[in-house]
Amino acid sequence: MTVPALKAKDYKSGIKAVWCPGCGHFAVLSALTKAMAHLGLVKEEVAVVSGIGCSSRLPAYIDTYGFHGIHGRALAAASGLKAARPDLTVIAAGGDGDGFSIGGNHFLHACRRNMNMAYIVMDNEVYGMTKGQASPTTLPDWSNSKMTPHGTGIPSFNPAAIALAAGAGFIARGFSGEPSELTRLLVEAIEHPGFAFVQVLSGCVTYRPDQKLWKEEVHPSESDLPTDDPVKAAQIIQAGDGKATGVIYAKQFPVWQPENRTDSKLNTIEKEFLL
Amino acid sequence: MSDSSKQATSQSYSVAITGSGGSGAVTTGRILLEAAAQCGFQGLMTRSAGPQIRGGESAAMVRFSQDPVECMGDEYDLLVGLDWRNIERFADELPLSDKSLILSDPAAGEVPALLRSNGADILEVPFKKFASGLPGGRLNMVALGATALVCGLDLKALETSVKAILGNKGEGIVETALLAVRLGYNHDHRPRITLEAPGKSADHWSITGNQACGVGALRGGTRFVAAYPITPASEILEWLAPRLEKLGGSLLQAEDELASINMIIGASFGGVPSLTATSGPGLSLMVEGLGLALVSETPVTVVNVMRGGPSTGIPTKSEQSDLNIAIYGLHGDAPHLVLAPLSIRDCVFTTQWAVQLAEHLQTVALVLSDQSLGQSQAIIKAPPQRELSLARKVEATPDAEYQRYAITPDNVSAMSLPGTAGGMYTADGLEHNPRGTPSSMAVDHRTQLNKRLHKLEDFDFGEDWADVEGDGRQCIITWGSSTGAVKEVAGWLLAQGSSIKIISIRLLAPLQHDRLKDLLKDMEKVLVVEQNHAGQLFHYLHAEGVLPVSAESLAQPGPLPLRPGRILRALGGGG
Repeated sequence: MTVPALKAKDYKSGIKAVWCPGCGHFAVLSALTKAMAHLGLVKEEVAVVSGIGCSSRLPAYIDTYGFHGIHGRALAAASGLKAARPDLTVIAAGGDGDGFSIGGNHFLHACRRNMNMAYIVMDNEVYGMTKGQASPTTLPDWSNSKMTPHGTGIPSFNPAAIALAAGAGFIARGFSGEPSELTRLLVEAIEHPGFAFVQVLSGCVTYRPDQKLWKEEVHPSESDLPTDDPVKAAQIIQAGDGKATGVIYAKQFPVWQPENRTDSKLNTIEKEFLL
Repeated sequence: MSDSSKQATSQSYSVAITGSGGSGAVTTGRILLEAAAQCGFQGLMTRSAGPQIRGGESAAMVRFSQDPVECMGDEYDLLVGLDWRNIERFADELPLSDKSLILSDPAAGEVPALLRSNGADILEVPFKKFASGLPGGRLNMVALGATALVCGLDLKALETSVKAILGNKGEGIVETALLAVRLGYNHDHRPRITLEAPGKSADHWSITGNQACGVGALRGGTRFVAAYPITPASEILEWLAPRLEKLGGSLLQAEDELASINMIIGASFGGVPSLTATSGPGLSLMVEGLGLALVSETPVTVVNVMRGGPSTGIPTKSEQSDLNIAIYGLHGDAPHLVLAPLSIRDCVFTTQWAVQLAEHLQTVALVLSDQSLGQSQAIIKAPPQRELSLARKVEATPDAEYQRYAITPDNVSAMSLPGTAGGMYTADGLEHNPRGTPSSMAVDHRTQLNKRLHKLEDFDFGEDWADVEGDGRQCIITWGSSTGAVKEVAGWLLAQGSSIKIISIRLLAPLQHDRLKDLLKDMEKVLVVEQNHAGQLFHYLHAEGVLPVSAESLAQPGPLPLRPGRILRALGGGG
């Protein structure tokens, strides 16, 4: 007897999202559930882990196991879960502030640790949940936040470049306005053996209405990507406008996962303390 | 109390070995302790070192007895000076009296005046000269032999420990060491003491408090650890890493403590009992994560090996000053478990109990060990296996009505683990309704606050919440590592015909009000003893309304150990 294949809607929990009408994150949710359906993932064998922020609300809207933790620590919780439960498909998700500012250190080390998980960052270059402050990916002259009335004055964070430098083996950029491509990218990211980073340009209608222009600005990568050459990937990332979508870099590195051997017993171990 | 009555009960011998960096004081102490153990004694070795990674001064303090040794005494019977460089940095940690003996090498120069001032005897042995007669001979091994003789330890036992401890350094080193040890042992002085050796015991362990916490963690079922190195907790992690691997578990070295606490929360969400170990600065970083574990009801255990604080404080030395952060450190109304081992041996049980209580009650357990327990080596009776019927309540076959945070009679709700069909939920640090859906409604907040409070308040923790000994109308309340010195005072008083009740609290939160109040009724004198500056336990007990107004506080900050004589004076017993 064959079990009927699950459809994308079967992966949605039915809980009403807190997101604003028109938020890019709806398309990410939809693309992720489509990717899960495409891969035929067994719902209870998936865990979606997040931190804090608008996009970090994602796990509750998906009918898998979910963990909505604290600000910046999605990758830490996801890494612990994957280390303890290698049988699970672990997907970490969040926003640009959560992942690149307060969680920046975990981003670096998750890239180099290369555990088998996907990390989706919904990047809208703003803190939405706290009502519109500049994030690490905000351009230095964006002066619409009262907290930085003259703009941040500091260059923005280049997520793909940092991921590459930190040792990630899969780096892609998607756009919430291109949902079918995004679905394909997420499928590839989940399938990639190792840490797979997907930056999703996912506009904020409320605090960054200017991002409506992304519809015109975002374009597919022109080069023959992905590459497995980190030097070429670095050149493309650094020369690009940050609006080119597609898989930029894909290279397989050894995946880190603890071996769970059982070749001793505790009472044997305790004998070491005898005189 | 007179010195003679102290001596009547003090069937122990205390030795301090000091030297400058590289002189081998700690190795010497370690071998001496093991030799005493080979003779059947129980014992304790603490160490004192400066912050230097290599070099710098160090001292090993060894005390052994026919009975359990859980603290250092008021003064040392024997001080062994491998050399006298930097001795001024230790002098206040090494009290001597006119009953003490100083073992000294004339080649190292005159014994410094600050050591002689109490009238200690001096015995000269030419460590250096003896050692120089052997190719590669080391003077600390000569001193070890001389020390063992003074202590009345058997030469064979000493040789066995030399082989056991230096064995991995190669045959040549061991042979030379044995020759040097014999030279020292066979010099022309007779033993100064004759404690009757009980004979080697088959069930004695040689273990540090940090290792004992590791054993307790494993006995409690811990199979995942994520942690960041920190003094003085790292040895727990170093001991656990290779052993977890053999038991189907693992240890992940995290990028920081923010990661380690969140990693163990993730792993525990996956169903694997998880723990981390740290010290004050690391605990400070973990506090937000503790709140997450507590609200998402994801069990975790954190062993905090306390050191001098606040801030970086005194990383290599002990203090019991993290009680406040452990109890009050979380934001919000955040009831959780706080426990403290009462001795090195008790590190095993208390850590096991903490891990299993955290699992059973789906909450956070903090274990407050400290440097003096963690980094001291003890010879103890093997801690018995304790089977505790405490385990995580898991929902293996969730139906459509399954609610992760359902209100149940004991307020513990069954947890569905990833991989279980039909039990999908999102764990959350946001307040939530019984199903786990985020909620900011007053009714859900109150319901879940009550759930998280009452699952702890209504649980019967049994008799292990404290060790209660003795009787009478005066009482000492203490906790954690201070227990050893307090028990020694109780022993003196008992030998003198006085009585005293000792309450050593193992479970600090939730505080067992009724049991404490019951023990304290009719007390004429209550003294709260702890090793910190502010009297943190004293104020906590007052705030919880369990102390009589007349209760007194003896709070002495680290890094100097709390000595029994100081406690006796605080009781008004002279001494």
